[in-house]
Amino acid sequence: MTSDTPVLGISELHAGIDDTPILRGIDLNIPPGEIHAIMGRNGSGKTTAANIIMGHPDFEVTKGSVELDGEDLLEMEPWERARAGVFLSFQYPQAVPGLQVGNFLRKSVAAIRGEEEAKGAEFRKKLKDAMTQLDIDRSFLGRYVNDGFSGGEKKRFEILQLLLIQPKLAILDETDSGLDIDGIRTVAKGINNAVRGTGSSALIITHYSRILEHVQPDKVHVLIKGQIVKSGGPELALELEERGYEWLEKEAEGLA
Amino acid sequence: MPANQVAREAVGDYKAGWHDPENSTVRFDFGLSEQVVREISAIKGEPQWMTDIRVKAFHHFMERPMPTWGSTELLNSIKFDEICYFLRSGEGTENDWDDVPEDVRNTFDKLGIPEAEQKWLSGVTAQYESEAVYHSIREDLEKQGVIFLDMDSGLREHEDIVKKYFCSIIPYQDNKFSALNTAVWSGGSFIYVPKGVHVEMPVQAYFRINAKNMGQFERTLIIADEGSSIHYVEGCTAPTYSTDSLHSAVVELIALPGSYIRYTTIQNWSNNVYNLVTKRGIAHENSTVEWVDGNIGSKLTMKYPAVILKGEGSHAEVISVAYAGEGMHQDAGAKVHHLASNTTSKILSKSIAKNGGRGSYRGMVSVSKKAENCKVNVVCDALILDEQSQSDTYPTMEIKNPSCRCEHEASVSKVSDDQLFYLMSRGHSEDEALALIVNGFFEPFVRELPMEYAVELNQLMALEMEGSIG
Ligand SMILES: Nc1ncnc2c1ncn2[C@@H]1O[C@H](COP(=O)(O)OP(=O)(O)O)[C@@H](O)[C@H]1O
Ligand SMILES: [Mg+2]
Repeated sequence: MTSDTPVLGISELHAGIDDTPILRGIDLNIPPGEIHAIMGRNGSGKTTAANIIMGHPDFEVTKGSVELDGEDLLEMEPWERARAGVFLSFQYPQAVPGLQVGNFLRKSVAAIRGEEEAKGAEFRKKLKDAMTQLDIDRSFLGRYVNDGFSGGEKKRFEILQLLLIQPKLAILDETDSGLDIDGIRTVAKGINNAVRGTGSSALIITHYSRILEHVQPDKVHVLIKGQIVKSGGPELALELEERGYEWLEKEAEGLA
Repeated sequence: MPANQVAREAVGDYKAGWHDPENSTVRFDFGLSEQVVREISAIKGEPQWMTDIRVKAFHHFMERPMPTWGSTELLNSIKFDEICYFLRSGEGTENDWDDVPEDVRNTFDKLGIPEAEQKWLSGVTAQYESEAVYHSIREDLEKQGVIFLDMDSGLREHEDIVKKYFCSIIPYQDNKFSALNTAVWSGGSFIYVPKGVHVEMPVQAYFRINAKNMGQFERTLIIADEGSSIHYVEGCTAPTYSTDSLHSAVVELIALPGSYIRYTTIQNWSNNVYNLVTKRGIAHENSTVEWVDGNIGSKLTMKYPAVILKGEGSHAEVISVAYAGEGMHQDAGAKVHHLASNTTSKILSKSIAKNGGRGSYRGMVSVSKKAENCKVNVVCDALILDEQSQSDTYPTMEIKNPSCRCEHEASVSKVSDDQLFYLMSRGHSEDEALALIVNGFFEPFVRELPMEYAVELNQLMALEMEGSIG
């Protein structure tokens, strides 16, 4: 690994499901310490991209490569990717009835960061601090994973996991959706703490620019129909806010 | 191939499936006849009334047709002539592990029984084949008048109590297998808790079948006198053989007014064991009977722990889990009969089917006409892990009094790819992810267990999930 090896390196990525192509040639590099955003309408392929980086077994990669610190991710199982340093905050986190939050957090930190990191006073303190930061009550630890959680609770719980797992690469899929303005602020603070100053990188997936007011991205990419049609600085998010996606869709059709 | 390797290959994933060489002191020929029944009674030196009831039960067993529910096909394939009905492995029941024959003691060591006894139990009975080989109870409990014996000793030392209650809750005519058990019973526990005595720590019985083609027919009778309480725990394992063994127990519980009995079972039979058990308790005024029943293995289990709510204000709880893996059929459930007013019952049943296993819930709740203001709550959930496996529910409710408040919920769910993926993205392998889901599903049951068992059951289920997704 050289100093200019990106944390996440995607090139020429084509992927789909059941012979239906969804991603049609994606190139994306996120250098260490940078936060990038992918914006796009519903159905443009954002969640599919996140699933493919994390290794969802339902999707098939037909072409291209995905690397973490120069290492081939596509060869790895999802749990190996997690242990290698990829974290995905899900758009729709899954419920596991009967699995207690506290137990799950300890087991997950142990699986990803090692047994040593998941026990003792240090872990308990880290957990307590992270929960305070995210405004999560202690009683939360006794509930079952995402079972009967409100939309906002699910998103906070994803960020709580992010803070404890401290990945190299955090992918945040619509973490802002379903949150009110206070929720967005709290969650954004969590993301900033997890990424800024730690050397980690992040990929924020959203279709609004709201969260990007609180987490400043270094780069913004626009995804339309499975292709990145435009990349730019943070100002691109504002432009999309003002003008919508239509002008870019027209441009894209012109290109095609 | 070295012997232990042969054993291991036969055993597969089942961790209690080893067997030891058989060193029996008394072994009956295979097969059942009136002669066998009389000999069992004679060898134990029983009173005439017990011999008589055994013989009557034997004839009832012979005449009674097989049950037509559960799996009649599997039931009909039991070869009653190829089963050994009595096998004695020691010189009697010892109260010092050092006096138990070494190979038998090693078995219980491997199963962790002496260790558990020291740490957290009030008393232990260990039964090997037909009879108890070890037995002890804490001195302070004995001083308070608590009787905890193996059933054979119970009959010898407290004949009056046994005579009063034996077959009083489960008559031998109840079903074909209660008749069989009454005819050939041997071993089991006899417990009497005097008025007002609370046995704080659980007492445990452990049942081990070691020999091939063995029939184990323990008989348990627990009487909690007024205002007393007890928690009884039983565990069961057997070696894995290619031929079948039969475990057919009868358990009768008597909860006198204001008393509390909890009966916890963790049955982990190898999948060559037929497990056909009748369990029933009677609850007098303001008493509670609870069955906590875990069925992990066996070829066929048919078991429906029952409570008769006879006294006003009494309460029944039946919490059960069943896991049906390859070659297993779990037909389990619960029965509660509300005969008195202001009685309440709660049934929670959870079953998992995997690798072609089959889990069924069979339940019966009745409320009699004169029982006012009863409350009934039934929840049964099934989790199916693959396409080959099956789950059914057969709930029956007979509510004859309109004041009854009755709640019933049932669900069948499958593990989804998205659920597994979520857990895998948190660093858990596919097997681990599945074990987390399965243990979560069983959590409402595991929560009811003493901590030591809870840990063990979770580990057991994690083992069962290894290599299950291909
Ligand atoms: N599991 C799936 N099965 C079939 N089609 C899918 C699946 N997941 C996504 N798609 C399709 O892929 C396209 C992109 O979906 P998605 O990645 O969820 O978009 P976004 O997250 O940008 O809203 C949509 O047309 C969607 O219908
Ligand atoms: Mg999406």
